[in-house]
Amino acid sequence: MVETLVASKTLIDVRDLKMHFPLTQGIIMQRVIGYVRAVDGVSFSIERGQTLGLVGESGSGKTTIGRTIVRLYKPTAGQILFGDKDLAKMDGEELRLARQRVQMIFQDPYASLNPRYTIGSLVAEPMHIYKVASNAEIHERTAELLRVVGLRPEYIDRYPHEFSGGQRQRIAVARALSINPEFIIADEPVSALDVSIRAQVLNLLQRLQQQFNLTYLFVSHDLSVVRHVADRIAVMYLGKIVELSDRDELYAAPKHPYTKALLSAVPIPDPQIEKKRKRIILSGDLPSPINIPSGCRFHTRCPMAQQICREVEPVYEKKEGRDHYAACHFSEFVTQNE
Amino acid sequence: MGEYLLEIQDLKTYFKVRAGKVRAVDGVSFAIKPGEKLGVVGESGCGKSVTALSIMRLLPQPPGEIAGGSVLFEGQDLLDLPESAMRKIRGGKIGMIFQDPMTCLNPTMTVGNQIGEALRIHLKLSKNEAQKRAISLLEQVGIPAASERINSYPHQFSGGMRQRVVIAIALACNPKLLIADEPTTALDVTVQAQILDLINGVCSEFGTAVILITHDLGVVAGMTDRIVVMYAGKVVETATTDELFVNPRHPYTLGLLSSVPRVDEVRHSQLRTIEGAPPDLTNPPPGCPFMPRCAFARAICRTMPPLEVLPGQADHLKACWVDVTDPKEQAYAEKRRQTRIEKMLAATNGHAASSQAVAEEK
Repeated sequence: MVETLVASKTLIDVRDLKMHFPLTQGIIMQRVIGYVRAVDGVSFSIERGQTLGLVGESGSGKTTIGRTIVRLYKPTAGQILFGDKDLAKMDGEELRLARQRVQMIFQDPYASLNPRYTIGSLVAEPMHIYKVASNAEIHERTAELLRVVGLRPEYIDRYPHEFSGGQRQRIAVARALSINPEFIIADEPVSALDVSIRAQVLNLLQRLQQQFNLTYLFVSHDLSVVRHVADRIAVMYLGKIVELSDRDELYAAPKHPYTKALLSAVPIPDPQIEKKRKRIILSGDLPSPINIPSGCRFHTRCPMAQQICREVEPVYEKKEGRDHYAACHFSEFVTQNE
Repeated sequence: MGEYLLEIQDLKTYFKVRAGKVRAVDGVSFAIKPGEKLGVVGESGCGKSVTALSIMRLLPQPPGEIAGGSVLFEGQDLLDLPESAMRKIRGGKIGMIFQDPMTCLNPTMTVGNQIGEALRIHLKLSKNEAQKRAISLLEQVGIPAASERINSYPHQFSGGMRQRVVIAIALACNPKLLIADEPTTALDVTVQAQILDLINGVCSEFGTAVILITHDLGVVAGMTDRIVVMYAGKVVETATTDELFVNPRHPYTLGLLSSVPRVDEVRHSQLRTIEGAPPDLTNPPPGCPFMPRCAFARAICRTMPPLEVLPGQADHLKACWVDVTDPKEQAYAEKRRQTRIEKMLAATNGHAASSQAVAEEK
């Protein structure tokens, strides 16, 4: 009984997901000389109708998580529980059918739309693949979808190059919506767009979420955008989630020094606040995911690092606060934002 | 005269294309004092980068063409200088940082030689002296083990490190002015903070004036003294940084400020947006370029408003007929915005209802 209750609320449950890419040497005799540990043991769940924001720097593995969930990659280990089914173990026809419930929106609308297709056929393609309706109905629904995302249905026979970046991203959204998915993975959906257009697309995504009760995994490097759209936020560093919590709590009381540094690095469009702010400037760059540092993977850049951080990997565990998880030996000393 | 280091007056840069002329920069004027930090903000295609390239005379001509105006640097019009004199200015008196550190370094030269090149050409240093100075420059921009890294090639550096090298090159000859065109757009936030901190520190130390070109309002808020807001090839508003954020007077600036989500703010239900998209700059219609997207727009906006000083505020200029602080105007704009939103919602609600009907039928 309890189980079904939990199951009805949680839409997707990712458990200890790992995605390692082999590095090979040699041309004929290929030997594996190491692994890029892009995603290295990540667990999270998302409730129906909610948005989980996934933030991190480039190379932290956030995009790989998104792509692994839709099974563009076959995960090295772990489970992707979608209802009672495990996407990680599926193959062939079973996987194809399961994918109907998950759709993806990509970062660059200049690359994700085939330039030789009209936007009508781009939006209709998923419906044809899954044969959801007759051709006439699909045509009608395509026109409707365009209207939903704020484009004129008359544009149905135009090609992607006739549209601006923001409009193209709307087309990508319409395509993702076309087969009524429950779960949408949005991989940096507004990063390629201009400021004034960005707000339009964000509002569109939020409106659609309310109308169709969609669940989002919103991948972004932009903490301001994520704060705006997400209910819960996971912060990634070198293939692991270092902190996950409720949105407001994460910003008000971060429990991981990386989150704190990340927050302080985001410029705020207000000169008065900017003058008063103390910035934590992290030294150096993200280490290579091939040679992950020992102990806590953040210790090479962490302003609080101690001996124990170099030796023992901190456990990702529940901390004080509402559903607040972090992986840090000294999380209680990560002070609140000044 | 004399007060300004660089004074741009009525600069016009056009591009010839088959369909006509793209007016990328259309009558831009602004000035910068020695040591001042000026931000130029706008969306892509508003002409901010073309302005920078016009100052440096780095535009490919044709198709580009500087159709008018002047760029006075220390009293001298850069647009009239012969190419040989211009070469001395570029990299010598004016340094430039470009957006993408991956493409603006030469992959076949060591970074030491690339920094040294500027020093040997402009300051006529010997190879040895140039090498020594290059090492100290690399140290200044925070590259560890500079004396070893000097012989590395660009691909051996990360993005942030490469941008540091680019900054070292730009500052090698102690320029009076540094033009930074989106210096941190290609970088991660934590690295962005490092680089902005560096530019700020080094330029304050040497008294270098900075023109910081960016689309990110957060970046200019912390970095600059004064801001120029550009839209569709024109300057629409300019004010001191403190003034602009508190008291924006152009509807575009207003819209821009309210459409950005902020990391220090709890969300409102929806972001305010600027509807529509920037205009096509090939043969644009006369009048205010922002009119089609502006909630405050009215008949008079079909004539282009001049960039004028606000009464009583010598430092604040705007190009708009409407007083956006007037409650009557605000009410008018709010009403127009509401009707627009309602129209949009009506369209989509219709869809939601019909798709539900389809689901029930099944």
